[in-house]
Amino acid sequence: MGLLSKKDGKLITDPLADNNPITIQVLGICSALAITAELKASLVMGIAVLFVLGIGNVVISLMRNIIPSKIRIIVQLIVVATLVIIVDQVLKAFAYELSKTLSVFIGLIITNCIIMGRFEAFALGNGPWKSFLDGIGNALGYAVILIIVGFFRELLGSGTLFGIPVLGDAIEKTGVYSIGYENNGFMLMPPMALIIVGLIIWVQRSRNKALIED
Amino acid sequence: MGLKSNLHNLKEKYKGTKMAPAFNAIHTFLYLPNETTHNGTHIKVADDLKRTMNTVIMALVPCLIFGIFNSGYQHYAAIDAVKGIVTEVSLWGNFITWDNFIMGAWTVLPLVIVSYVVGLAVEFVFAVIKGHEVEEGYLVTGMLVPLIVPIDTPLWMLSVAVIFGVVIGKEVFGGTGMNILNPALTIRAFLFFAYPTWMSGDKVWVHGAKAMEGQPDAISGETILGSLAQNNVVSYDWMDMFFGFIPGSVGETSTVLILLGGLFLIFSKIGSWRIMLSSVLGAIIMGLIFNGVVNAGWITESSKFYGLMSTDFWMHLLIGGFAFGTVYMATDPVTASQTNKGKWIYGFLIGFLSIMIRVFNPAYPEGVMLAILLMNVFAPTIDHYVVQGNVKRRMKRLKLKTA
Repeated sequence: MGLLSKKDGKLITDPLADNNPITIQVLGICSALAITAELKASLVMGIAVLFVLGIGNVVISLMRNIIPSKIRIIVQLIVVATLVIIVDQVLKAFAYELSKTLSVFIGLIITNCIIMGRFEAFALGNGPWKSFLDGIGNALGYAVILIIVGFFRELLGSGTLFGIPVLGDAIEKTGVYSIGYENNGFMLMPPMALIIVGLIIWVQRSRNKALIED
Repeated sequence: MGLKSNLHNLKEKYKGTKMAPAFNAIHTFLYLPNETTHNGTHIKVADDLKRTMNTVIMALVPCLIFGIFNSGYQHYAAIDAVKGIVTEVSLWGNFITWDNFIMGAWTVLPLVIVSYVVGLAVEFVFAVIKGHEVEEGYLVTGMLVPLIVPIDTPLWMLSVAVIFGVVIGKEVFGGTGMNILNPALTIRAFLFFAYPTWMSGDKVWVHGAKAMEGQPDAISGETILGSLAQNNVVSYDWMDMFFGFIPGSVGETSTVLILLGGLFLIFSKIGSWRIMLSSVLGAIIMGLIFNGVVNAGWITESSKFYGLMSTDFWMHLLIGGFAFGTVYMATDPVTASQTNKGKWIYGFLIGFLSIMIRVFNPAYPEGVMLAILLMNVFAPTIDHYVVQGNVKRRMKRLKLKTA
């Protein structure tokens, strides 16, 4: 991290592990359960949140001294809504199939607690560069969990990764299917995403005992 | 020096090491521990956890043996049915035979062995990591699991499900005695949602049906609930259902043996008669409501619910896994309600919901699994309100007295 000072670097690296928005702050669980059945959708969702949170944090941070605190939630909502609509329109124009898979969940980024949380907790009190780093860091932390969950769910649930069959053909019975392996239908259901997030939390907290709360 | 004193000596040697819990588990499984209490004892009881578990296993053994014979019998009966021969069951004639036993044992025993080996391995690993003694909690679960799965469940699927059930269903909550959900049912629910094609339909209940699918002499065997859900006529009479000569999961078909096992559990005071009785009552009442709806003419034969709704209320007690779930799994002392009043409510709702799920949702042919799991989740809430109600009543009495 030659580019960034040590303190700035922490803004990006902290949310990736020890202050992860999903596994530590337990925010943004809804979308993590809903759209992670496919790795591709997880990745796009991660990028969309990265875009919204990165730019949103900068915009709010630039306006932080002129927003009247009484109406700040409304201002924040307008900023998020504008950015989300941009993402939604871009997806509809260039990746229509994918935008159908993600359906309402792109629109629901507006209600993602991580975004409003970062606006409130960080961007309102810090400069644009720091806010940008914080936004990028938190969005990456969110994306990492989404991608881990999506990886396991798609691999074990459908036997594919990014839609490419990696375990062989389930119908033709090639690859591992020829020895009797079958896809796990439970993986495609949201409860299993919750269990995988739970397992990640378990692993993380048993590696770093400081994270365990009573 | 005999084996016993050898083991006692080894125990001293391993004391304090990481492997101690694993060793102690084997040791206490074979012999009583050689430690004695030095001060005066206050309470003397004969039934520790191991004894409780063994009593339940004894109650399960008849079901297992029957399941072995029934698996063989259903296999040969299905083969005969393809040839056009209708098999009439006779206990000594074509049920208790060597052929049935060998065929059944060959398919059922691997399920039992895999269930125990995998489940106990998980328990041992957790005991060694966490440094506590191996608890006997898996002894009953390991016996229940092979009895509630279809006969042809692939062994690797069973292993995956057992690992999932023991880790997610029990160990993450803190091990034996701390679990919210019944581990055996967690294992079955996992199998059901993960591999539905192996857990329902007409190809999984008879040994060999799945493997022979598509061949000209393919065999099949639909469970009674399965045929009723499709409004088909059932070819078994109630005697077959009561004695259990019907297709189904391995050990849950024979209502009479489950009844005997249940009575044994009640008389040895291991199982709660309140839960069993109230669950049966709940099922009867729900069955009567459905029968009433049919009799009133609100539901006609064109409805997809007709087959199961018009089934006599007492018949619901004989078919499917209702009896098995009620006797052996609803009464699990860890996951059931603890208070006596709570047990009545808990049991009643299990029976009531089982029949309701069974009738209204043909996609889940057996409702008792989901009903018990749901009520497991609600059991602490029921207990909470029963206790609070009691506290309130006593406070009222106290006020009356002092006023």
